[in-house]
Amino acid sequence: MRTGWNVAEVIGVTQETRTARTLRLRLPGLTGHRPGQHVDVRLTAEDGYTAVRSYSVASALPGDELELTVEELDDGEVSPYLVHQVAVGDQLEVRGPVGGWFVWDPADPSPVQLIAGGSGVVPLMAMIRAHAAASPGSTAPFRLLYSVRSPDSGYYSAELDELARSPLLSVTYVYTREAPAGSGITPHRLDAATLLAAVLPVDDHPAFFICGATAFVETVADWLVRAGYPADRIKTERYGGTGSRP
Amino acid sequence: MTGPGDDGDAGSDYLDGNAAAGPLSEVFAVDVTVASGRCAHCGRTGELATARVYPNSHGLLLRCPGCAEILLRLVDTGHSLAVDLHGMSYLELQRDAPGSQQKPSPAA
Ligand SMILES: Cc1cc2nc3c(=O)[nH]c(=O)nc-3n(C[C@H](O)[C@H](O)[C@H](O)COP(=O)(O)OP(=O)(O)OC[C@H]3O[C@@H](n4cnc5c(N)ncnc54)[C@H](O)[C@@H]3O)c2cc1C
Ligand SMILES: [Zn+2]
Repeated sequence: MRTGWNVAEVIGVTQETRTARTLRLRLPGLTGHRPGQHVDVRLTAEDGYTAVRSYSVASALPGDELELTVEELDDGEVSPYLVHQVAVGDQLEVRGPVGGWFVWDPADPSPVQLIAGGSGVVPLMAMIRAHAAASPGSTAPFRLLYSVRSPDSGYYSAELDELARSPLLSVTYVYTREAPAGSGITPHRLDAATLLAAVLPVDDHPAFFICGATAFVETVADWLVRAGYPADRIKTERYGGTGSRP
Repeated sequence: MTGPGDDGDAGSDYLDGNAAAGPLSEVFAVDVTVASGRCAHCGRTGELATARVYPNSHGLLLRCPGCAEILLRLVDTGHSLAVDLHGMSYLELQRDAPGSQQKPSPAA
């Protein structure tokens, strides 16, 4: 197995939200990937200093292209560069896609409960896209619980609205700072009661994929285990950061 | 990998073993994050993706989620990669685990 760093070309950029951007890359020789995998991106400064960060693949494309969505962290080393500087035609060093564990298997008929905090929706979107592309092949019911700061900070909103018209996908938002105008919803952080009311019931034996900042993932996984969901059905992807709990 | 400056102690800022798939793909022929490892310290067995990853500037540490002892250490000097596996008494790799990386390039 030969691996290592390969050069990808940036072939498209889309502003996703005010603070996030989607990069479309072409990685020559790539023939698709599994939904949920990530790549490592390496930046090298002129003095040779390197920085490596992981980014989940957002797309579910069969060929040599893939999309990443990167959220800018104000004091970040790498993300501001990817969100503001990188332009179409630039080259990026990429390792992967890698990771065979935090992936959805289209052949698995289990109901799937996805739970995202902020940019943690990225690999879950790849699963949702793969699921939609597989249908009518996959009849596994999918649910997404998505915690966002405000209505305009959610990624892929229009596409999710469209996909949620299928009986096989339902999407529930939790707004932590600002709810949609006129909705009457009071913004609040995700709590155990809201979580347990929104997710598939224990009896459905759902497969869970939880992704987001480390504290978010940990807290949510903990609530589920306490509520009786078996730990071995819960897969997590911590994005790092000591940041806020749900 | 993420989190520069983390010296790899057993603090709270860790990632899932899955996040180590990239660096480990440079060492193992199959995806080692889905391999089962047995902790030499407490005997817990589980997929390495369920271990805790502490990236640091020289590579990374994988710690047992049961007892927090070190399962695997990867030291990358740029010129060499050193893997310390003595924290595991056993490691079972899936022969058909799709390569740790979908090989993007026929060259190199
Ligand atoms: C497997 C995996 C997949 C990932 N996929 C994505 C993705 O699809 N999109 C994406 O935007 N990010 C993703 N991340 C996070 C990403 O790798 C970087 O950690 C993130 O972009 C910050 O890098 P930076 O260099 O800008 O910030 P750094 O310079 O590394 O950190 C700046 C500050 O932000 C804090 N911080 C670091 N990461 C986070 C975080 N996730 N949340 C809150 N605070 C943080 C640090 O503790 C530090 O204080 C993923 C991480 C992993 C492990
Ligand atoms: Zn142990």
